[in-house]
Amino acid sequence: MLSLNNIETFYGLIYALKGVSLEIKEGTITAILGSNGAGKTTILRTIMGLLDDQPEKGNVMLSGENINFKDPEFIVRKGISYVPEGREVWNELTVRENLAMGAYIRNDKNGIKKDLEGIYHYFPVLQERENQLAGTLSGGEQQMLAIGRALMNSPRILLLDEPSLGLSPILVKSIFRIIKDINRERGITILLVEQNARMALMIANYGYVMENGRFVISGTPEELMENEDVREFYLGIKKDVSAKGYQRWKRKKKWR
Amino acid sequence: MIFFQLVIDGLSIGSLYALLALAMVIIYKTSEVPNFAQGEMAMVTTFVSYHLMEYYGFTFPVSFLGSLIFAAMLAVFFEFFFLRRAKEPNILNFIIITLGFERMLYGLAAWKWGADQRLYPSSFDPLPISSSDTFNFGIISVSHISLIIMSVAFVLIGGLVIFFKFTRLGIAMKATQQNLLASRINGIRTNRIMSFTWGLSAMVGAIAGMLFVPGTATPLDSNLMLAPLIKGFAAAVLGGMTTMIGPIGGGFILGIIEKFFGFYISSEFETTVSFTIIVLVLWFRPSGLFGRHYIRKV
Repeated sequence: MLSLNNIETFYGLIYALKGVSLEIKEGTITAILGSNGAGKTTILRTIMGLLDDQPEKGNVMLSGENINFKDPEFIVRKGISYVPEGREVWNELTVRENLAMGAYIRNDKNGIKKDLEGIYHYFPVLQERENQLAGTLSGGEQQMLAIGRALMNSPRILLLDEPSLGLSPILVKSIFRIIKDINRERGITILLVEQNARMALMIANYGYVMENGRFVISGTPEELMENEDVREFYLGIKKDVSAKGYQRWKRKKKWR
Repeated sequence: MIFFQLVIDGLSIGSLYALLALAMVIIYKTSEVPNFAQGEMAMVTTFVSYHLMEYYGFTFPVSFLGSLIFAAMLAVFFEFFFLRRAKEPNILNFIIITLGFERMLYGLAAWKWGADQRLYPSSFDPLPISSSDTFNFGIISVSHISLIIMSVAFVLIGGLVIFFKFTRLGIAMKATQQNLLASRINGIRTNRIMSFTWGLSAMVGAIAGMLFVPGTATPLDSNLMLAPLIKGFAAAVLGGMTTMIGPIGGGFILGIIEKFFGFYISSEFETTVSFTIIVLVLWFRPSGLFGRHYIRKV
C-alpha cells in the first residue's frame, strides 16, 4: 500500500536516511524500532512531505502513486495521517475544537459525527474533558487527543511517532491496546515508530530495526524476538551472564 | 452631566481604537507578528477612497467598498510577495519587513498625493448622514457620524467575535497560529490562511481609517494614521493581544481615559496618555487587562 524505495534524506547537512526501503501491506501494523537519532522520525517526516525538497533520492509510493515532494496538506487528503512526536495538539483550543479541526479536510457531516463518537468510545476521558483547553490536559490525555485528532482525518494509513513517549507504563499499555483495536476494528494500516521495542513488537505484524539511518534487520515479531542482537540490545534480555551476575565482555552486534 | 458626554465621546473614538487594535490582533493571533504597517495600509486605503470620490466622482458607498477591496488586495499582495519570500521566517524578521513596508507606503502616499493636507469630502451622498447634525438626548448630544461609527464598530466587532469562536475558518486561523506543524498535517492550507488573515485585517483597519477621518474631521495627509495606530496599539497592549475581548475592551477604555484626560487635565498631552498606558501595562501586567496567555511547556 505504502512503499519507500531507497530513500535518502538530508536534514540540512546531516545525512539522516542512507537508503531506506520499506513496504507496508494494507491492514497491518508495521513497527520501526531504533534508538535516538537513528532516523525513525525522519522517515515519517519524509513520508508526510514535511521536509522541504526532500528526499534527496528515492521515492515514496502510495498505492502506485508517487507522492514525493507533495505538501503535507495534500498528503493528508490522500489518506495518510501523522501523529507527531510530542503530541503537538493545539494548546489554546478546546478538546472538542481540536477534534473538529482534525476533520478540517472532510465535509461529510454524518461521518464526522460517527467518527467523533468512535473516538470518544476509544478515549472516554476526552469526552469528559471536551470543553477544556488541550494545553491543560495531562501528557497521556494529550497523546490520546493527538491520536483521536488524526483519526478524525479519516485516514487509511496512520503514522504514529513514539506514542509511548513520556507516559506511565500503565498508560502505555492501554494506548497500545487501543492502537491494536483501531487497526483491527477499522482496518487502518499503521506504521509505528517506537523506542519501546517490547510493546511495539507485541502488537506489530512486521518489524524493522533501524540504526544510523539504515534498516539493519527486519522480520516478523517472532523472528525479531529470536534474534540474539535484538534480544540483547532492544529487549534487554541477556543470555551470557556470569556466575556473579554481570556480563564480563561487551558483545558486538553481528549486523554491523 | 459632562461626565456622560465624555463617556459617549470616549466610546465613539474608542470604538475606532478598538477596530484598529482588532485589526492588529487578527494578524497577531495568526502569525504572532505585530503589523506596524497597519496604520499606513489604512492611510493609503483612505486616500484611495478619497481619490475615488474626489477625482472619479464616485459616491461614498461605492468608494468605501472599492477601497475595502483595494485594502484586501494590498495586504494579500504584501503577504504573498514580501512576507512569504522571507528566507528565515522568524518573528523579528517579519517585524522588520512590516516596518519596511510601512515606510514604502508612507513614501508612496507622499509622492502620489503630496504633502499638502486635503479635506475628505464631508457629504456622504446618497446616504442620509451629515457630519454636522447631532442627536440630542437631554443634555447629551451625539453627532450622527459618531453614532454611525459606533454602530459600524459594534456590528463588525460582534461579527468578528462570532467568526473566531464558531466558524471553521476562524478556528483554523487560531490553529495556524498555535501550531503550524499540527495545522499542516491536518490539512489546513496555512499559506492561504495567512493571506486571508492579512486581507481580513487590512479591511478592518481600512474601515477604521475611513470612519476615523470624517468622524474626527482630520485632514488627510500621509501622517494621518500615525497617532491612531499608536493608540490602537496601546489599546491592544492594554487589553491584551491574545484574546478577542482584549483589544475591544482596551480600545473603549483608552477612548474614555483619553477624553477625560483631555477635558480635566490637558488636551495637548492626549497622545501621551497612550504611551504612558503602554509603559504602565508592560510594567505591571504584560499580558494585558484581559490577557490570559497560555504558557507553553517546553
